Amino acid sequence: MDNSSKVYVGVNARFEPDGKLMPISIAWEDGSEYEIDRVMNVCRAASLKAGGVGIRYTVRIGNTETYLFLEENKWFVERR
Amino acid sequence: MERTILHIDMNSCYASIECLHDPSIRDFPVAVGGDVEARHGIILAKNEHAKKFGVKTGEALWQAKQKCPNLIIVPPHFERYIRFSRLTRAIYSEYSNQIEPFGLDEAWVDVTGNTKLFGDGDALANEIRERVKFELGITVSIGVSYNKIFAKLGSDYKKPDAVTVFTRDNFRDKVWPLPAEDLLYVGRATSKKLHGYGIHTIGQIAETDPRALQGWFGKCGLVLSAFANGDDTSPVSLAGDEAVIKSVGNSTTTPRDLENDEDARIIFYMLCESVAERIREDGFFAKTVQISLRDRDLSSFERQLKLETPTCLACELHTAAMQLLRANYSWQKPLRSIGVRATDLIPATSPQQLTMFEDAQKRERMETIERTVDDIRRRFGHYAIGRAITTTDKTLRNINPKEDHTIHPVGFFKAV
Repeated sequence: MDNSSKVYVGVNARFEPDGKLMPISIAWEDGSEYEIDRVMNVCRAASLKAGGVGIRYTVRIGNTETYLFLEENKWFVERR
Repeated sequence: MERTILHIDMNSCYASIECLHDPSIRDFPVAVGGDVEARHGIILAKNEHAKKFGVKTGEALWQAKQKCPNLIIVPPHFERYIRFSRLTRAIYSEYSNQIEPFGLDEAWVDVTGNTKLFGDGDALANEIRERVKFELGITVSIGVSYNKIFAKLGSDYKKPDAVTVFTRDNFRDKVWPLPAEDLLYVGRATSKKLHGYGIHTIGQIAETDPRALQGWFGKCGLVLSAFANGDDTSPVSLAGDEAVIKSVGNSTTTPRDLENDEDARIIFYMLCESVAERIREDGFFAKTVQISLRDRDLSSFERQLKLETPTCLACELHTAAMQLLRANYSWQKPLRSIGVRATDLIPATSPQQLTMFEDAQKRERMETIERTVDDIRRRFGHYAIGRAITTTDKTLRNINPKEDHTIHPVGFFKAV
């Protein structure tokens, strides 16, 4: 698929003892790594912008809030 | 107690899912089409923009292009549709354990036991509609009623992204003026006959004496009468209560038209092998073989034959299929698509009556051979081994019926 608003990213994540999966940091396509300061919300949602469906993590990185999606076994973000 | 049943229909399912995955095409007319090269060149689904141009499901791609030159045609991704089907059912399952899928994109959900907790059918339906839109990015239309038939009519009544409620108080005003064809089981032949008797709406069916309908249509007439009056009492089956397999079939539109028995023999071999492999996999023997033929002008018919001895062998299914073909078709027109179906299934473990005139040992040996072929294909792929006859025609041989065609239409009475 050649839509450019969907960016697959590498993610460091941790399984909590209760089975929850929590992302810790995101590896952007240029190699830079961003620490996730806080996961604000987790829900199932569609991304109309990027074109995908999965579990949506609302995360805060520094001062910006962004969505991080887990679609089956891949993570993606919406390009701004 | 009065039931509350939802019928949920994913709007333009395949097209919506494709548009969701590719935002760049979303605002243009889009259709999902089969493979032109392999002659599956028909419209499988279209989005709302394409609908405005009069593009219809089932028409040839070139016809659609004529109506709408800018139509974007994308190939189908069945794995996506199956995933979305699973995801929608996961949502429904939070509201009921009675979920009966009707194809990939439709399902009945009985929420009777839930209306005290979550509000009435209307409220529940709207909640589900909103959730599917938010969580999956596609829209559904939902019919709410006290029986499955009216619920299904409701999901068709207003779409996309809508809820329609048919109650005992309003169905005469809302359901009865609908054309007779909208009713489940009024197909082309039935509707033609109904029109001949001056019956054009569902209301007119309802008000016709059931005995007259029975006279015209047999048992089915009584069913139509009950459907039209909202007297359908069939339950929504339990989720996971997978329909018992009643038949196993395969059909294909061939890469070129079939001209004679020899062509049909090749394709029937491929289809029979796939059918036989699946009935062996599922542990069945078949007692009846059915073939379906469709000619170049798209008119089609089916014929069936009871077997002397139940079988799971491709070679025996094939003999029966060819026998049926020879007895019923004289090649007035080339065939475009053919199919084989094994029905009347019995468990492979049922005792069998051997006959004096047949070599039972030979049949056992054949079964061992065919099972060995199954094994080889499972380990090394479908094309690792094949009948010599299938190599005689290059254009016809490139079909893998078992893996290429796994989505089948279903009937309303499948569980009856």
